[in-house]
Amino acid sequence: MRVLQYLPVALQSIAAHKLRAILTMLGIIIGVTAVLTTMGIGQGAAANITQRIESQGTNLLVIYPGAASTGGVRGQMGSSSTLTMGDVTDLQNASLHPAVALIAPEYSANAQLAVGDTNTNNSIVGTTAEYASIRNLTIAAGRFLTADDVKQQSRVAVLGSELAGDLFSSRDPVGQAVRINGEPFEVIGVLKSVGGFGPNNPDTQAFVPIPVAQGRLFNASRYRGEYTVTGISIGAASSDRTNAAKLEIEATLRLRHGLRADQDNDFRIFDQASLLETAADVSQVLTIFLGAIGAVSLVVGGIGIMNIMLVSVTERTREIGLRKAVGAQDSDILFQFLVEALLLCFLGGIVGVGLAYAVAFLFSRIPASTFNVVITPDSLLLALGFSLLSGVIFGIYPALRATQLDPIQALRSE
Amino acid sequence: MIPQTGDGVPAPVVQIENVTKVYQMGTVQVHALRGISLTVQAGEYLAIMGASGSGKSTLMHLIGLLDRPTSGTYRIQGTETGQLSRSRLAHVRNREIGFVFQQFNLLPRVSALRQVELPLFYAGITGRRSREMAEEALAVVGLADRTRHRPDEMSGGQQQRVAIARALVNRPSLLLADEPTGALDSRTGAEVLDLLDRLRAQGLTIIMVTHDPNVARRAERVVTLSDGRIVADRRNGEPASSEGAEVKA
Repeated sequence: MRVLQYLPVALQSIAAHKLRAILTMLGIIIGVTAVLTTMGIGQGAAANITQRIESQGTNLLVIYPGAASTGGVRGQMGSSSTLTMGDVTDLQNASLHPAVALIAPEYSANAQLAVGDTNTNNSIVGTTAEYASIRNLTIAAGRFLTADDVKQQSRVAVLGSELAGDLFSSRDPVGQAVRINGEPFEVIGVLKSVGGFGPNNPDTQAFVPIPVAQGRLFNASRYRGEYTVTGISIGAASSDRTNAAKLEIEATLRLRHGLRADQDNDFRIFDQASLLETAADVSQVLTIFLGAIGAVSLVVGGIGIMNIMLVSVTERTREIGLRKAVGAQDSDILFQFLVEALLLCFLGGIVGVGLAYAVAFLFSRIPASTFNVVITPDSLLLALGFSLLSGVIFGIYPALRATQLDPIQALRSE
Repeated sequence: MIPQTGDGVPAPVVQIENVTKVYQMGTVQVHALRGISLTVQAGEYLAIMGASGSGKSTLMHLIGLLDRPTSGTYRIQGTETGQLSRSRLAHVRNREIGFVFQQFNLLPRVSALRQVELPLFYAGITGRRSREMAEEALAVVGLADRTRHRPDEMSGGQQQRVAIARALVNRPSLLLADEPTGALDSRTGAEVLDLLDRLRAQGLTIIMVTHDPNVARRAERVVTLSDGRIVADRRNGEPASSEGAEVKA
C-alpha cells in the first residue's frame, strides 16, 4: 500500500520534533486515558453491583407488606402489617405453588447487642433455617439456625462476619454469649463475608429464630391473631420461574387478604431479575455519560493536533515547496501530512491505553476501593478508533492546506 | 550522467515561444515577462543574467514548470506543456528537470543518502534500487563517503553538492540552477562550478540563473534579461550569432 510508504517520512518528522510531538499527543493521550478510565469506572461499578445482586441469588423473591391506606392517606411502604405467619403457612402449600421452592419468613428490627462492655446497635433478623440457602449465606464457623432452634424457640444467634468482628474482635465467637436487648443468647455460628452494602447487609446483621424475635425480643404486632412479619423471602424453583412464582404468590395472598378485583395489592413482591435490569440500565447510562465526558477531551485533543499540524505546515512551507519541485504530487503531500497526523494520534492512543491500564492497576491497589476499573476490548477499540478518527478529521485540513501551497511561494519563504 | 542525446534530429530541450507572464498584485498588473523566445539545445550550458526584477527568476520558474505562462508556448523535450494537468506537471518535473537552489533546500536532520533518494521516492523507485541510484549520484558529485552525513554536519559546498546529486539522481534532461553559488564563499563556489563544468562535459544540459558575471563566464552561452525582455544572447568566446540561439522579441 502506497500510504504505508509515508510512514518513515512521518516517523522522521515526529522524531525530528520529539518534544513538540509529545506535547501534541498529550491531548490525545489524556483523551484516550479519560475515555478508558471513565468507561472502565462505569463498567467496573456495574459489574460490582451486578455481582452483589447475583450474590444474593437470582432465584430470590422478597415479599414486603404494602402501604397502609387509612382514611385515604397512603402510608409509608411496609406500614400496613397485614403480612402474617398465616400467609407463610399458606404459601408453604407446595401443590398450589409449584414454582416456589423455599420460604423463609423474617421479622427484623434494630436492637442493641452487647458482649462485655462492647455495645452495638444492629439489625436483628428473626427467621428460619431456609433463610440461609435462599439468601446464599454460607457459614464460616459453627452452624446456621435449624428447624429445631425455631421450633424450640432457642435463644441462639448467628452473626454476620463484620458484626462478629465488632463484638468479639479476634476471639472465636462460637459458644460465647451475647446480650440482645439485655437477653442472653448463645452464638452458634458466624457467616462468611458477603461483601454486601446498604442497611440490609448480612455482614452486619444477627440472625435469631423468628418466634424469639416476634415474641420476647420485639413483641411483634398481630393481625387476625397471627404474628405479623416484616418480609418473606422466597426461593423460586429456578431463576426462569421467578415470574411464575410471583403470580402464584400474588394469587394466594390476594385471596387470603380478601382483596376485590379493583383493590391494589397490600403487599409488594420484589425480584432480583428486575433489580438486575434496573442496575444494568443505570450503569449503561452511567457508562455512556462518563464515556461522553472522555470523548469531549478526545475532541479537544484532536483540535490540538490540528493546531500543531497547521503550525507544522507553515513551518515547513519550504520543505513542501522543495518536495513539489522534485516531483511530489498533491496526493503525496496530502498523504504525508495526513499520515503524520494519524501517526501522532495513534501513538498518543497507544500511550493513552498504557496510561489507562496503569490507572486501572493503581485503582486495584487501593485497599478500600469496592470495585475495579474494567477496560473491555470494546472500549479499547472505541477509544483507539475515536483517536484515529480525530486524526483524520483534524489532520485533513492542514494536509489540504499543504497541498494548496504554491511551490514558488513555498521555496521563497525563509 | 549521460543525457538523452538524440539520434537523427533531436528536439530542443527547451523551446519557448513568445512567452509573457503577468502578475496581478492587488489592482496593479506587473509584467514580469514581455514576450520571450528562447531555444536551448541538448548539451548546452546556458546562463541567464539580469538585475533583480529583470524577470530571470520568473523565467526560471516557467522553465522549471513551477509556474505557467500567461501567454505563449513552452515545449520541454518536444512536449507542449500548456495543457498538462497539475499531476502531469509534477511528473515532468520529477523526470525531466533537476533543481538546484541558492539555499540548497535540503531537508533538516536527514542523511545525504535520503536527501538524494527523495525524487526517486516520488518516481515510485524504492528499496535497494533507490539506494544504489542515490549512492551513484553522490559518487558523481564526489560525496561517496558522506552518505550518512546530515546537512548540519557538512560544509556549504558539500550541501550544495548533495543538492546537485539530488537533482541528477532521476537522470533529468535539464539541470536548473538558481544562483547555485549565491550562498557560498568563492572557494566552495568554485568547487560547485567545477562540478557543473564536469557534468556539462558529460553532456548534461544546464541552465543557470545568476547575477554574477564571473559565474556566468563559466557557461558557454549567456542570455541577458532586462525588464522582461531578452536584451543580449551571446556565446562566450564566440561571435554573437550562432545556431540554436535566436532573439525574437
